[in-house]
Amino acid sequence: MAQFSDKKLEEVKNIIARYPDGKQKSALLPVLHLAQQEFGGWLSSEAMDYVASLLNIEPIEVYEVATFYSMYNLKPVGKYLFEVCQTGPCMISGSDNIVAYIYEKLGIKPGQTTADGMFTLKTVECLGACGYAPMMQLGKYYKEHLTKEKVDAIIEECRRNAVVNN
Amino acid sequence: MGVKLLLEKAHVENIRLYDVYRREGGYRSVEKALKTLSPDQVTEEVKKSGLRGRGGAGFPAGMKWSFLAKPEGVPRYLVCNADESEPGTFKDRYLMEFIPHLLIEGLIVSSYALGSSRTYIYIRGEYAWIVDILEQAIAEAKNNGWLGKNILGTGFDCEIYVQRGAGAYICGEETALLESLEGKRGNPRIKPPFPAVKGLYGCPTVVNNVETLAAVVPIINMGGEEYAKIGVGRSTGTKLISACGNINKPGVYEIDMTISVEEFIYSDEYCGGIRNGKRLKACIPGGSSVPILPANLLLKTAKGETRYMNYESLSDGGFATGSMMGSGGFIVLDEDQCVVKNTYTLARFYRHESCGQCSPCREGTGWMEKILLSIENGKGKMSDIDLLWDIQRKIEGNTICPLGDAAAWPVAAAIRHFRDEFEWHVLNPDKCLTENYGLRHYADPIHVPVA
Repeated sequence: MAQFSDKKLEEVKNIIARYPDGKQKSALLPVLHLAQQEFGGWLSSEAMDYVASLLNIEPIEVYEVATFYSMYNLKPVGKYLFEVCQTGPCMISGSDNIVAYIYEKLGIKPGQTTADGMFTLKTVECLGACGYAPMMQLGKYYKEHLTKEKVDAIIEECRRNAVVNN
Repeated sequence: MGVKLLLEKAHVENIRLYDVYRREGGYRSVEKALKTLSPDQVTEEVKKSGLRGRGGAGFPAGMKWSFLAKPEGVPRYLVCNADESEPGTFKDRYLMEFIPHLLIEGLIVSSYALGSSRTYIYIRGEYAWIVDILEQAIAEAKNNGWLGKNILGTGFDCEIYVQRGAGAYICGEETALLESLEGKRGNPRIKPPFPAVKGLYGCPTVVNNVETLAAVVPIINMGGEEYAKIGVGRSTGTKLISACGNINKPGVYEIDMTISVEEFIYSDEYCGGIRNGKRLKACIPGGSSVPILPANLLLKTAKGETRYMNYESLSDGGFATGSMMGSGGFIVLDEDQCVVKNTYTLARFYRHESCGQCSPCREGTGWMEKILLSIENGKGKMSDIDLLWDIQRKIEGNTICPLGDAAAWPVAAAIRHFRDEFEWHVLNPDKCLTENYGLRHYADPIHVPVA
């Protein structure tokens, strides 16, 4: 059963306090981010129903929002999600090569996850890092000016972190 | 060196911290506005400055403020649009990341002018780490008495909150942004009513871009009239340009709108020329939705006059031979780039980002993407080029919000100026998979020595 810790529930309360009385639905996007972070990197229908109950709105109001925005994952993803930008400015700076190199290294195409559940590759549209292309989002941060060597280093770093965190 | 009003202090060490920002003269505009000017006088200064919206549309900001309805007993809202998602644009990110207090300062003054005591910054969800930077700046401002109740003893109350989006280009459109802020899908609303009358929670609301609101700081500090003296004609003040693509020095530059496009691309103060000694083929000067121009029409107008980096000059010649200043997302393509492929990725972007409300956009963007991909892959027919033209024409002007136009314009301009490159793909289905069309007659007419 999806359930926030008391600390996270406090955070939800603080988010709701940003809006005028009765407008707690405004908290939906931030609380969905929180839920995705807390419940394994994706939003199950159980997690979405829980968010609906917290904000006192109908589950359908959550589903229609969760399916609209590209940052909410509606299926499980790997521990590390590589979101490689492929729009114009990144494309002319070689993003295709980065996607191909990740396939070469990890054997995953966009939308796929490695068998060990460690990495998921996703191609995304413009992330606002056009001057630092090619790039990917990894968790909260951007990895920019990507080269094959940098991709190697990122994969290594993820593997190291996974060992440390286990 | 041109005039710098926004980024002048951006490189001062630790300018992100309140103490440093304040020591460098920060928050003076709040003191001046709240203590010596009435809200209407602040709006008047912004009007006099000639400041135009920096998000893309270029609508005069002071005029937008003056449309705000002020019914008795109804809250009014200011919402800062930090949803920066137009491909090629990363200037607001730079400003928020490196000099966040400038935005907070501008927001306090603007909130005072508009009577907003609950002001929101709606930031794109992917800029997750910038949320922390902004929230820290807000907390510092509050601890030092610039936010909260009874600011500077004037009776003015104001809080600023950061709202994170979740990945949707359409939320940069102001009514979609408001829907999203209300916790809904980002479907644009039909206008009228405009947000100035019925915006957030049905209340009068102003939505302004990050750079627009930051520019309020120098406007109040120097006075609207002085600000209007910088720049040229109706392009007053300074503009942030985010330059990317095949140039030596991609990055964010503050320009005073009097420099030529040629200087911007080739001088070492800005883009530093084309990377690897290549030649310029084309440029999208104002974010992905504005018309792409071949080099010969970019550096000089159709009349043969020098083209400048300002609103009027970039749009000289209309869509037939000109483009737009847009958001200032400056994308440079060198001789090795394929216009068909570039246009395909942009069409794919707009298909992905269409909210799906209006059929011309929902269906048309998908068709354009598929046809462009088939031409790019050597599977196109000559009639496909006319079909593309026909589709884009049927999207433009036929949708609730401007995303339809934004999707149509890049396709139209690519065919208008680079039709022979599309035809070459159709006529050379094998060759186009391994070779690029190259420069041909789009060549840059100016001889540029390679450094």
